Amino acid sequence: MTVETIKTILNADVLCGEDRLDREVHAACGSDMMSDVLAFVKEQAVLLTGLVNPQAVRTAEMMDISCIVFVRGKRPDGDIVALAERRKIVLLCTKLEMFSACGLLYSNGLKGGHLKK
Amino acid sequence: MSILKLHYDIDGSDFTRAGEASGKVKRVLKKLGLDAEAIRNVSIAMYEGEINMVIHAGGGEIDVEISSELVTIVLTDHGPGIEDVSLAMKEGYSTATDNIRSLGFGAGMGLPNIKKYANEVAIDTKVGVGTTITIKIYVPDCSAEL
Ligand SMILES: Nc1ncnc2c1ncn2[C@@H]1O[C@H](COP(=O)(O)OP(=O)(O)OP(=O)(O)O)[C@@H](O)[C@H]1O
Ligand SMILES: [Mg+2]
Repeated sequence: MTVETIKTILNADVLCGEDRLDREVHAACGSDMMSDVLAFVKEQAVLLTGLVNPQAVRTAEMMDISCIVFVRGKRPDGDIVALAERRKIVLLCTKLEMFSACGLLYSNGLKGGHLKK
Repeated sequence: MSILKLHYDIDGSDFTRAGEASGKVKRVLKKLGLDAEAIRNVSIAMYEGEINMVIHAGGGEIDVEISSELVTIVLTDHGPGIEDVSLAMKEGYSTATDNIRSLGFGAGMGLPNIKKYANEVAIDTKVGVGTTITIKIYVPDCSAEL
């Protein structure tokens, strides 16, 4: 699934990375706890989170996650957007809450990952 | 074969910057062309250690040594130390406050993650004195030119 498709399904706004919406993602991970995300190993995943701080972007950077979706209408401040832009990470923002956002992506064919070991 | 050494002072008072050093190391390793899985393992293990250092120990220092076979990360702090290391290594065990949880950490997954992604981990800690964590990650191929 492309980031563009995720944007459409979640009726999301693009906060940065408008030119990178053609990226493919193969799995999704939804969590507000970054160490849970860091236990997750799938390549080319999208992260859904309600956490708006620089560590959401840094966690994505460590995991090679190319797109973050902020749920519940949360919007990161300019510094966070600038950091994501530097790291070439797409930021999306949806009004949906976590459960609905994950459910919609899942029912459209995106699968979860697996925990390592 | 040459060895690259990097050193970082980690500010314990500024949570917004926690993880910066790990990001820098990741970008250095990418430039060096290290094996992708080794880069990911280093990034995650160091990031968990760096965050722990900020949220549990008031900051510290990180030394990274990179060769074409091995990446060694040494995290040193002078925080409260860990009373029971085997308990701290358990998934889900955390002494984090609600404030730390609101920042996205405190699931009790950091040390278990370090163990998962590293080839070797040694924790040297003393209550009231501090903690030194040494993490080793093997680099499978010698394709990287230092
Ligand atoms: N550098 C440190 N100094 C003192 N105590 C530490 C240090 N690192 C970890 N600890 C202790 O070990 C516990 C477990 O650490 P771990 O990283 O597994 O979980 P956490 O940091 O609480 O949560 P998470 O990593 O999931 O965000 C911590 O809650 C803390 O009590
Ligand atoms: Mg931790």
